[in-house]
Amino acid sequence: MSAVQEALPAIRGSRDAIVRRFALTDSIFHGMTRAAAILVLVLLGGVAISLFAGSWQALSTFGFSFLTSESWNPVTEKFGALAPIYGTIITSAIAILIAVPLGIGIAIFLTELCPRPLRRPIGMAVELLAGIPSIIYGIWGLFVLAPFLQTTVQPFIIGVFHGIPGLNSLFAGPPYGIGLLTSSLILAIMVLPFITSITKDVFDTVPPVLKESAYGIGCTTWEVTRRVVIPYTRIGIMGGVMLGLGRALGETMAVTFVIGNAHRISTSLFAPATTISATIANEFTEAVGDLYTSSLVALGLILFVITFLILAIARYMLMRIDARTGA
Amino acid sequence: MSTATSLHQSRKRKNAVMMTLCVTAAGIGLAWLALILGALVYKGGAGLSFDVFTQMTPPPGDAGGLLNAIYGSVVMTVIAVIVGTPIGVLAGTYMAEYGRFSKLTTVVRFINDILLSAPSIIIGLFVYELMVRPMGHFSAIAGAVALAILVIPVVVRTTEDMLNLVPNALREAGTAIGAPRWVVIKSVAYRAALSGIVTGILLSIARISGETAPLLFTALNNQFWSSNLNAPMASLPVTIFQFALSPYEEWQQLAWTGALIITLTVLALSIVARSLTGRREDK
Repeated sequence: MSAVQEALPAIRGSRDAIVRRFALTDSIFHGMTRAAAILVLVLLGGVAISLFAGSWQALSTFGFSFLTSESWNPVTEKFGALAPIYGTIITSAIAILIAVPLGIGIAIFLTELCPRPLRRPIGMAVELLAGIPSIIYGIWGLFVLAPFLQTTVQPFIIGVFHGIPGLNSLFAGPPYGIGLLTSSLILAIMVLPFITSITKDVFDTVPPVLKESAYGIGCTTWEVTRRVVIPYTRIGIMGGVMLGLGRALGETMAVTFVIGNAHRISTSLFAPATTISATIANEFTEAVGDLYTSSLVALGLILFVITFLILAIARYMLMRIDARTGA
Repeated sequence: MSTATSLHQSRKRKNAVMMTLCVTAAGIGLAWLALILGALVYKGGAGLSFDVFTQMTPPPGDAGGLLNAIYGSVVMTVIAVIVGTPIGVLAGTYMAEYGRFSKLTTVVRFINDILLSAPSIIIGLFVYELMVRPMGHFSAIAGAVALAILVIPVVVRTTEDMLNLVPNALREAGTAIGAPRWVVIKSVAYRAALSGIVTGILLSIARISGETAPLLFTALNNQFWSSNLNAPMASLPVTIFQFALSPYEEWQQLAWTGALIITLTVLALSIVARSLTGRREDK
């Protein structure tokens, strides 16, 4: 008895030490995880700051005219971003126009029509498509799609629209194969999986009872989709489309292969053009002189600002639909 | 009566048309995938031989392989994963465990999602300004850092999601027997979420193994064998980019073969990752 009582203070002391050590380790671990979380913020901040610093020389030399000038001349060191900005927006817009109806169609097919045993494999195939690196799409576009368009599709379209004013300048030859339209097609197939899988996910959030009551009053599948499912998930679909748009705007390698890298604004969709990311990828390592490099970084800054805004809007929309299903 | 029937008919017709269009859309999507994979296997498979894995990248007009490019890709990917994974797992741990309800978590989640889909060429520019310019030359280590920055958001996202799926009762049981928080996280939460976290790491490897844009002006390229991390290093994607755009037939063939190797790697990684989480859900 007395032996235990004599030992008690020592036990208590060592217990205190252990508890203190536990608390210390815990606060160290807490601090480490917190620092890692803050590092994620620092990364994005660092990207913004370094791009701004790197592009300062170009922006201060050209000022606002950097955004409005079409000329891109490394010899006279006159740089303007209008042609790449134009190419980026046109290719992404056409890609979205092609991919959105296809993506929504596939999502409807997967949620409403597809036989159950096929649903998982097809859904998985669509998601695998999203994982294929962009350089694969690029090499396919350059060696398979572009020659096909050049020899078959483009001469036909040029012939068809030859005499129609307006359309004949949109589809003016010669058929190079590479150019705005080819890039748009490649971008469309690249963003299709993203749009499809997000649309399918938000379609799945529609409460079955809503769909069943519409079916119950005699609606067809299309009417249920058009009047119930799509209105219910509008924000989520918009979010998915914006996410796809963000991808398309920033996509580099696939476009670099098939855009033709020509710094001019042409009305024809068959003409070679350039995009912001393709310009950077093609010219950065060969850029001679600080002003040239700085102008390319400035292009990167413009791309960063555009995609940041688009992605932020997309995430905001998707967060709203998450909040609704969570509630 | 007849108007009601014709209305019924037209509604049914419209439904049939729209549903046919949806099936067509799915058909187009799948056919497109088949076309790409078919061309890849057909053209890439033609050049697939033992030499591809044992020979260096050749000078124009010569036969050769992709050994130094494959080696460079593996080295940079491994470094990127070693650097990126701990940061990503720790950040994800903070968001799901210590700071689940804090404001910081909401902000980090938002920023991380943006980082997840940010154009990778921007990351390349960032690392160029951060490392290549101060060091004065291109280097493999800069390429690895660029890839690590792409690994982090993927791992953060999956770690947080997977830890959030761990039932709170498990954590409470750990706490109730007197385990401090870090022990609960290490021995209970991590263990329960392990397969999910591994999935995240595999997906991030799949993502970076095909990335070209961030390597173009960080690791650059190298025609020769190099294991010096402080010098430019070849990588499979950049080599494919260079060879595919060249006029030499041997180089273009190697580009196709390299593309096939990357695609098979990525597909294998995604399928393994998916089957890991798939088994989880079945349980």
